[in-house]
Amino acid sequence: MAADIATPLESGAVQAPNPPGRKSKRKRPWTRYRLMRYYVVPWLFLIPILGLHGFVVVIPALQGVYYSFTDWSGIGEAKFIGLRNFEEMFFEDQSYIDALSRNVQWMIFRMIVPFSFALFGASLLAKVKRGAMIYRTALFMPFILPSIVTATIWRYLYNPRFGLPTLVGYDKALLGQSDTALWAIAFADNWQFWGFLMVLFLTAMQGIDPVLYDAAKVDGANRWQEFWHVTLPGIRPVVLFMMMMVMIWAFLVFDYVFILTGGGPAGATEVIAIDIYKNAFQRFEAGYAAAQGMTICLFASMVVTGFAFLRKRGWDI
Amino acid sequence: MIAKRELFIFRKQRESTVFNHIFLSLLVVFSLGPVVLLGVNSFKSNAEMGLNPLGLPQEWRLENFGRAWEQGEFERTFKNSVIYVVGTVSLALVFCGLAAYSLARKNPPGGNFVMIYLLVASTVPIWLYLVPLFFMWRQLGFLNTYHGLILIYTAFNAPFSIFLLRSYLIGLPVELEDAARVDGANELQVLLRVIVPLAWPGFLTVGLVVGLGVWSEFQVAVIFTHNPEMFPVTTSYFKFTDRFGRDWALTNAGAFMMVAPVLILFLALQRRFVEGLTQGGVKF
Repeated sequence: MAADIATPLESGAVQAPNPPGRKSKRKRPWTRYRLMRYYVVPWLFLIPILGLHGFVVVIPALQGVYYSFTDWSGIGEAKFIGLRNFEEMFFEDQSYIDALSRNVQWMIFRMIVPFSFALFGASLLAKVKRGAMIYRTALFMPFILPSIVTATIWRYLYNPRFGLPTLVGYDKALLGQSDTALWAIAFADNWQFWGFLMVLFLTAMQGIDPVLYDAAKVDGANRWQEFWHVTLPGIRPVVLFMMMMVMIWAFLVFDYVFILTGGGPAGATEVIAIDIYKNAFQRFEAGYAAAQGMTICLFASMVVTGFAFLRKRGWDI
Repeated sequence: MIAKRELFIFRKQRESTVFNHIFLSLLVVFSLGPVVLLGVNSFKSNAEMGLNPLGLPQEWRLENFGRAWEQGEFERTFKNSVIYVVGTVSLALVFCGLAAYSLARKNPPGGNFVMIYLLVASTVPIWLYLVPLFFMWRQLGFLNTYHGLILIYTAFNAPFSIFLLRSYLIGLPVELEDAARVDGANELQVLLRVIVPLAWPGFLTVGLVVGLGVWSEFQVAVIFTHNPEMFPVTTSYFKFTDRFGRDWALTNAGAFMMVAPVLILFLALQRRFVEGLTQGGVKF
């Protein structure tokens, strides 16, 4: 569409030349000029970044697939061992299964807490006119903080000597006990993340036809009914899409756990990414780590397939 | 009749926003309180921190910053981080800008395939390729180098940058480019003299989001740099808190210095940050 507008004057002909990939009545001869114009120049612009991306992402990803079937240590030769890594992971390696269950707990936490915060905040903010921009900026701000800074803030707030828990007389280290550590980390993550979700939901809410709200009011709906029957259906596509993304991201969590506990105490917060990190860079089991990375990819594609399936079944995602 | 009903609705809304403001203010306290506390605590002494952990300092001290700057070697790590940010942002803007221009205007054969490729690539979990990438980088001697990290960051940011720039460029009128061509401008001149001046808000947004991402990045930096000389500010600060974990005044001051430039930029340009980050500025 763009190309045939851009060219007629320059090519010297009055009529537009035919861009490739488009059905045309008249066949034009392949001049060198046309080849340059429609194939070479556009691809010259694309190649540098695609080449870099392929080099940094695609080649290592393919290597990762290969190494996941080997016992590679990271140095030297890799021996092909078939599905042995996956067998070990799912049937023998209890720490992997535990890590996976922590990722699932993290996922459930993220699907409940930040979503509730964000839906609550966005539905409040959608009704406000005065100061709306200030609220939005303030609530979004934690999202731009580096993870290391958020972690520092919350380590301070959680500290057992004079942090927040001491205000209610609780003097144990939230991050130092195996039954609270994961939830404490997840809450710090929520603090940073929910403002981002809220802005997305808010944007979606502003697209809802105000007539629907008027109709609900006329029908005597209260706040809760209005939210449940008008707002939530109106932003459902965004909510479901973000649910999908959050489910995928839940398998990648690394920063907060690595910074705040490093997987401790006694492995109580070891999630898959931490396990991979240790296997690859501390225990010299790069092949096994690559296989674990493959499983993350597998779970992510299961999530995507699940949502695609629901969509096909008429869920209107 | 209609006017009456509208008036009724209007009044009801006016009444109910009080409730909204109360709860929104509580949420603001929840979101900003910890950030404000970080700033305030940077001015306290350690002794005061224990006695007065959540209040304003009795005496505003500046010495924590000097101490943190020196002990945390911020001079070097700030320099490193600035190099990573500037390098990544310039590479991303030039090469993603070229790609976005091609996709938006030149209609390259296979362009749709490129878009699908980028979409899939941006959702592939990083752990699928991070481990092999590390060993590849080691073999190439790219670990602990500026270009090693910059190339990785540029590649990771490419899908988002291309999408956003492309959507910006599609929205621009084509006529101006045609006019420049009539005047005999070649492709590069069209790009530099027409597209960039028109699309600078898009480039600025992408630059801010990419720059913020690189400044804050931790995971890749911790894996790909082990030499303290090359640490960006994030991983260096991580090692710093390892050493001075109980010195709250010092760690708070260090963290505050790290975020101060980000906060100032965010407050000045928050519209662009919010727009860029919510349009697929997904953390990798």
